[in-house]
Amino acid sequence: MSEKSALTSAEVAHLADLARIAISEEELARTAGDLSSILANVARVAEVATDEVPATSHPIPLSNVMREDVVGETLTNEQALSGAPQSEDAKFLVPQILGED
Amino acid sequence: MTDTPQNRGTSQNADAPQNTDTPQSSSAQQTADLTRLTAVELSAGLRAGDFSATEVTRAHLDRIEQVEGTVNAFITVTGDVALATAAEVDRKRAAGEDLHPFAGVPVTHKDLVVTSGITTTAGSKILADWVPPYDGTVYRRTKAAGLPLLGKTNLDEFAMGSSTEHSAFGNTTNPWDTTKVPGGSSGGAAASVAAFESPFSVGTDTGGSVRQPAAFTGTVGVKPTYGSVSRYGVIAMASSLDQVGPVARSVIDAAALHQILAGHDPHDSTSLPGEVPDFLAAAQQGASGGALEGVRLGVVKQLAGKGYEDGVSAAFRSALDLAAAQGAEIVEVDCPSLGYALDAYYLIMPSEVSSNLARYDGMRFGLRVEPEDGPVTAETVMAATRAAGFGAEVKRRIILGTYALSAGYYDAYYGSAQKVRTLVQRDFAAAFEQADVLVSPTAPTTAFGFGAEKSSDPMALYLGDVATIPANLAGIPGMSLPAGLSEGLPVGFQLLAPAHEDARLYRIGAGLESALDSARGHSLLAQAPEL
Repeated sequence: MSEKSALTSAEVAHLADLARIAISEEELARTAGDLSSILANVARVAEVATDEVPATSHPIPLSNVMREDVVGETLTNEQALSGAPQSEDAKFLVPQILGED
Repeated sequence: MTDTPQNRGTSQNADAPQNTDTPQSSSAQQTADLTRLTAVELSAGLRAGDFSATEVTRAHLDRIEQVEGTVNAFITVTGDVALATAAEVDRKRAAGEDLHPFAGVPVTHKDLVVTSGITTTAGSKILADWVPPYDGTVYRRTKAAGLPLLGKTNLDEFAMGSSTEHSAFGNTTNPWDTTKVPGGSSGGAAASVAAFESPFSVGTDTGGSVRQPAAFTGTVGVKPTYGSVSRYGVIAMASSLDQVGPVARSVIDAAALHQILAGHDPHDSTSLPGEVPDFLAAAQQGASGGALEGVRLGVVKQLAGKGYEDGVSAAFRSALDLAAAQGAEIVEVDCPSLGYALDAYYLIMPSEVSSNLARYDGMRFGLRVEPEDGPVTAETVMAATRAAGFGAEVKRRIILGTYALSAGYYDAYYGSAQKVRTLVQRDFAAAFEQADVLVSPTAPTTAFGFGAEKSSDPMALYLGDVATIPANLAGIPGMSLPAGLSEGLPVGFQLLAPAHEDARLYRIGAGLESALDSARGHSLLAQAPEL
């Protein structure tokens, strides 16, 4: 796994694209270096994470947390739109979502 | 009710008027006295009619005006909101209406807590102008108790950092030495308490973000058991690790604030059901003497010695000696998995960060930035918005988390880290068989200088969280209280208890604090330099 730990700029560019963060060439190189250094260390977790150890996703597990099926407090349309960069006709106004072709 | 940010960034603060005469305030002497009182003393004085909530609030607002140019603990000061609450408390008291015992004692909230009508930034440019339409539960609770809100405190962007230097709104300084950081991410919360700007501050702790700044500023900070305090309306960083906690100038005050914040909240599915234990009574009992008699303090082998500054180890050791002299039994406990806790944390935390921060898409709230060239689509707008709105550390963690969760690496990284979490819990369970609380220095160093966190290798700076992170992974409660000084800077003493045993921390912590205060002749903060 240690050889996988070094990230290239191209891999970071792909990850940034997946994470929807526009990133400059200069940031790419620096981030690749930082992440490679972090990954080289954190990969140590595999040393002790053997098959017989169960995973813990949550520190204090609670199960079947339900609430009564009744109408609770909700935001008004105005409140929901109050922080919107743009709105129109009581709806969020967003840039084009689907491609033209 | 809308408050605009009044003091963003240090450059503006440098020009802020200082020592302005406020005609309504009492004599300078009384103003100083009121800000020096503990929350418990303020509560008693308010109920006895020695002073009003308005006088207490004005004294703290005057103090903020006096020192904020130096400290910059606040992103937004909400003087009008605070005075309105104080006036309401005074009116109710005059009318003989029921009031919470701490009504009229001021509070600050970390600017990660959502406050309706009051800008909530998370320390980020992406939320610089966001005025939320609802209240986080912890703000709702302090309002219901009648605590005047003095303002929203500075933090590392989205709580990611250990120095508060990763804020988009300037640096906060350490009141003990203004060339040092106050710690982070709740650096503003801790600095505001250490600088006598507020007796109570609400912070959040994902990997030590309440305890480490408390250690750096000579204050008391607590990370409650996971689920003790609601996370509803607290801007999420890493949901399985985040917990809201109090910062105050004594263990009893911290217990009092925790008492106000805690309790089941149907808005948070991870909120613990059932009655809230009496933390305040536990702390009062601990401070009344004999609390350390026969208590087993477990020194965690993995959280001492190598990597800890000599002055930090010395202050920790002398606090242990004092506890032993009061009848505590000192035992050493071995938690081998803690050697992997930091690594597991730096996989789990960024993974959850990458998921939680996906909501900042420039569509429904917050910043929207259009790309300078190329097509303007939802996708390119989202990428341009996040590029402009997030700082370097936030971007780094989102990208790291995206990698750790990606197909092909998930099992090796995220899956393995979750297994380490199980091992850490097992080690703690075994250790608590041998000790009532586990103890260590809160951080390996005292407060460091500005620029250190940003310039060093990322993994080296993450090592500063080595002693605090395990409690978040395991969900157990932790406290930092001031042990003493090393070269003029405070050293934190950390206590950890089993899950749901927060009251034990308050009892033993208050016992240790009162032993330390007696030995010193006063609280540590009493010797902080004048600002």
